[in-house]
Amino acid sequence: MTPTVPLREESMLKPASTAASRVRHWLSGLPTSGRVGLALVVLWLVLGAAGPLLAPYDVGAFVSPEVFDSMSAQHWLGSDYLGRDVLSRLLSGAQYTVGLALASALLASATGAGLALTATVCPRWVDEVISRFMDTLISIPSKVFALVLVAAFGSSLTLLLLIAAATYTPGAFRIARALAINLNQMDYVQVAYARGEGRLYIAAAEIMPNMIHPVLADFGLRFVFIVLLLSGLSFLGLGVQPPNADLGSLVRENISGLGDGALAILAPAMAIATLTIGVNLLIDALPGRGRRITGGR
Amino acid sequence: MAHGSPRNRSGIAAAGRLILRRLGSALLTLLLVSLVVFTISALLPGDAAEETLGQSATPEAVAALRHQMGLDQPAHLRYVRWLGGMIKGDPGQSLVANMPVGQVIAGRLPNSLTLAGLTAAVAIPLALAIGILSALYRDTGLDRALNLMTLGMVAVPEFLVATIAVLVFSVTLRWLPSITVVREGIGWAEMLRGYAMPVMTLACVTVAQMARMTRAAVIDQLSRPYVEMALLKGLSPSRVVLVHVLPNAVAPIVNAMALSLSYLLGGAVIVETIFNYPGIASLMVNAVTSRDMPLLQACAMIFCVAYLLLMLAADVCAILANPRLRGQ
Amino acid sequence: MGAAQDHVQVSGLRITAPAAGGQETPIVNDVDFTIPKGQVLALIGESGSGKTSIALALMGYARGGCRLAGGGVRVGDTEILTLDASQLRTVRGNRIAYVAQSAASAFNPSRTIMDQVVEAAVGRGLISRPAAEAKAMGLFRALALPEPEAIGGRYVHQLSGGQLQRLMAAMALMTDPELVILDEPTTALDVTTQIDVLRAFKRVVRQQGATALYVSHDLAVVAQVADRIVVLQRGRVREAGDASQVLEKPADIYTRTLMAAARPSTQARPHRPAPQQAPPLLEVRGLTAGYGRVEAGVPKIPVLRDVTLSITKGTTLGVIGESGSGKSTLARVIAGLVAPASGQVLFQGQPLAPTLSGRTREQFQRIQLVFQNADTALNPAHTVSRILGRPLAFYHGMDGRARNRRVAELLDLTQLPAGLADRHCGELSGGQKQRVNLARALAADPHLILCDEVTSALDTVVGAAILDLLAELRRELDLSYLFISHDISTVRAICDDIAVLYAGQKVEMGPRNGFGDAPVHPYTDLLIGSVPEMRRGWLEEKEMAATPPPLATAQSANLCRFLPRCAARVEGLCDRLPPPRIVLGGGNELLCHHDGQALQHLQRGRQSAVSP
Repeated sequence: MTPTVPLREESMLKPASTAASRVRHWLSGLPTSGRVGLALVVLWLVLGAAGPLLAPYDVGAFVSPEVFDSMSAQHWLGSDYLGRDVLSRLLSGAQYTVGLALASALLASATGAGLALTATVCPRWVDEVISRFMDTLISIPSKVFALVLVAAFGSSLTLLLLIAAATYTPGAFRIARALAINLNQMDYVQVAYARGEGRLYIAAAEIMPNMIHPVLADFGLRFVFIVLLLSGLSFLGLGVQPPNADLGSLVRENISGLGDGALAILAPAMAIATLTIGVNLLIDALPGRGRRITGGR
Repeated sequence: MAHGSPRNRSGIAAAGRLILRRLGSALLTLLLVSLVVFTISALLPGDAAEETLGQSATPEAVAALRHQMGLDQPAHLRYVRWLGGMIKGDPGQSLVANMPVGQVIAGRLPNSLTLAGLTAAVAIPLALAIGILSALYRDTGLDRALNLMTLGMVAVPEFLVATIAVLVFSVTLRWLPSITVVREGIGWAEMLRGYAMPVMTLACVTVAQMARMTRAAVIDQLSRPYVEMALLKGLSPSRVVLVHVLPNAVAPIVNAMALSLSYLLGGAVIVETIFNYPGIASLMVNAVTSRDMPLLQACAMIFCVAYLLLMLAADVCAILANPRLRGQ
Repeated sequence: MGAAQDHVQVSGLRITAPAAGGQETPIVNDVDFTIPKGQVLALIGESGSGKTSIALALMGYARGGCRLAGGGVRVGDTEILTLDASQLRTVRGNRIAYVAQSAASAFNPSRTIMDQVVEAAVGRGLISRPAAEAKAMGLFRALALPEPEAIGGRYVHQLSGGQLQRLMAAMALMTDPELVILDEPTTALDVTTQIDVLRAFKRVVRQQGATALYVSHDLAVVAQVADRIVVLQRGRVREAGDASQVLEKPADIYTRTLMAAARPSTQARPHRPAPQQAPPLLEVRGLTAGYGRVEAGVPKIPVLRDVTLSITKGTTLGVIGESGSGKSTLARVIAGLVAPASGQVLFQGQPLAPTLSGRTREQFQRIQLVFQNADTALNPAHTVSRILGRPLAFYHGMDGRARNRRVAELLDLTQLPAGLADRHCGELSGGQKQRVNLARALAADPHLILCDEVTSALDTVVGAAILDLLAELRRELDLSYLFISHDISTVRAICDDIAVLYAGQKVEMGPRNGFGDAPVHPYTDLLIGSVPEMRRGWLEEKEMAATPPPLATAQSANLCRFLPRCAARVEGLCDRLPPPRIVLGGGNELLCHHDGQALQHLQRGRQSAVSP
């Protein structure tokens, strides 16, 4: 090629930014509340992943002679209604709560976004069929829907995962579809259609990259909703079944300690609260998250 | 878009047509919902006949009862029969209570509506106030404080709010009863004391959601050019928000309200359970644990009807608030 | 009050905008000017010149995050920048009034116009509501608005852009302000509407004796209204002086650049190739398209009606029309994005399938579409090299080094630096984006490029450079263009043939030379006559176009679409029969009941504006 006259722009070229510097840049743009949120989220993700390894005692072991014991050097968070170590049970419960909710939210968001892209790039009738079906599901309040599903299918871990995902897929679809339909009207997508591109390419290469940020924010919200739903189900005795226990189950089984303000009930409740508040703080602080469309929880 | 003269058309007729279309769409959705609810419950292993007679029943007895209850008919016939019963107000026989589902629900529905009504009366004005205030004082300390508060309220599970409330007001302070008794002839003061905590807990969640949506809707409008124009006309910020912005933010705000109110019926499960309140949501939990399908289906349908009615009301509000849609 | 000759004094004005890392960057630097009482001063500049920021500073207002960092603004006896918020409220919308660029978005959509017009005056207790309404109706009448008694009861969506702009002027004048700020008040309007609105503004502002600040990017418009002109570039004053001096003897080189760019040069235009016997490159036959259900070949909301045109290889066809004329839909139908309701599109003699799914890759490749707004036409998630590389891979199967080499060639061809390849388009300037937009079309090796308002979103100087590039590319690559624009001078500068669309109908088509002089279609005549010339007094010389009375009967579908606005219409003929297609001596084909002689007679007064 012929050498071009070096223009002003060339001197402005920045060196390629490394991943680390980009992360640092991203962090520096985050307000304090967002950093607190991020710290909480990372903490719970780590605890959820490595919880059982960190637990000082066996989950089911009766290790304390006292029930509803308060903090001590042996039992940092005291003991529960049967004299088990609360910290160990909390770490194990976090695994269920975080793991289940993460898997369900991933499934719900991925299904929702996938269906939304399908509805956007396929002929109109496809969109109408999917949208009508999702509108139907969304008009069954989420808790009611989950209860009906639990009644029909039971509440094994796999089923709970699927039930929570099914409950929040319509909401994820609705938001992703609104985004995708808007993007589909953008000139650069229209240019791609006029170039003769296939639907798959347009959905994956032209539309997807531009909706990833709001979809991620929505994924965070779904995660929060699902944590609350699963905890609520467990609290009602309809969620994770003994001997397994998630954070909601821990609150339920120690409810008799409420009158004494026992750590055994406060600790798991606070655990849920810090997890969900953390995610919310983080999402709230994300730059340019655009118009947030919240659904009911 | 075509220009045309909108005044030539009858505005009210246009708005009416729009509302009728929404109504038709809601009815279609309801029909589909009934199909979903029926299908899911029909997937259950075992059926009402087995449940009624218990484990020890002979297969012959089960078959006889099944025939008597019409359970041996094909699914689509059962669906039609069930739907017909629903429409006529006879959703079948509750298996556990051993009485018509209609009666069981009739005993509970007024309680749920009372709780929802009281909560709405507290939550809506509060949410509007918080939402508008934080939008007006956007990015100030007040806004941040309110924002953090509503964020916390949205994120905390209700059973935590409820249990802490019980801990503080019943156990420690002994001001309020820890369960809500509903019976005839109790005085106003007693009733208010009884309802205070469930209403507070439910309001906590719904206020936060509505306030955040209100703030978002108002702020979304604040970036519009007409707001700058109003400021350049020398109007005060409060007048700009109340007179210029709010009429344009009606649709999203009302929509958020409808969403939150629908939550007050079906989402009250946990609150009803904790405070031992005889509402329709805890009835539904009982139906789940006892696998009382006719009762469960009826409850689910009631919640869906409530949701669709609220959404329809929100749509009508949005249509009436928008001069373009109301065909001015 | 200060000396009579300077009612408004701006001195050393500095405005800063927030920048990354909590820093501030100046967007307006040391700007001084004065406006004598009762005069109109125009602030001229391209985007980013700070003209609107300065105008708003006169009301003590700074937009999102910007700060009035220094200097002074005096209006009458008041030092505006020293006022607190409540004192500012007593000045705004009272002594100083503002007319915004886009009235359609500056009026509140859910309140009636009258509510908003009287709000500032009534709210202050200056005047009672009934008296205010009466005064408003008087202003509506003075501004030549239709139905002055009833128009106040309407909402934004029921009014046209030109009407809204005049209503906004009425709103500004309600409190008899001493200073009126007009911020690009006619930029969003069609050129035929602009002239009426300008005239109304000028008359009413004069009558009120108000001082005015007129912000614009358009020198020709400013020439009609301004007594004094201040030329701005990047927040600094380049030149200031009397309007006649600045327009006739511009001292500053930047001012001269602006003026040169405002008159598109015709020198870069290549010569029309010799007529060929081969079929035209593109033919559009009897095309009708629109939205909604199609009945008997006509959609419910027709956008294009029975349009026929053709493009010879190597030539440029200009399509001109105002907003809503269907010109963008035409490009979309040809590209296959919108299916026609009836009619045909032929490319190199072969009929094109109505929708995308029926077209071959070869057909896609040969017709490329370039959109107006490069901000939305380039995917913000992709780098320049990915944007340009995709058509290379898609049509030509290029990959790896060959593709990179070709991307570099394309950048070179569109006069972009090679270093741009790794950038995301969000990092490029407006002109660079439009070049990338063009380069992507070139990557396909097309025969025909559909250019939809490719320069409209750009500043004049940048737009002129893009036009030069288009002409150069055409010469080098033997391209044909369908060039869509709302600006007749641009179209006349670069096109060989011109088609005029009005409300979806092709009212005139012919070689460029046929548009230089009468006779032309009455709408073309109005269009050409509405483009302001860059000299003072043009608006006054321009006789008021006789506005025809409203039609007695509703317009039926197959009559002339221009009928309601046509000053030359014949009662009993034009409102009864569909217009015939006639061909004039100059080769122009018209849709009109008049013949060439009659039109010549009607349009004799018009000067030839262009020397071909």
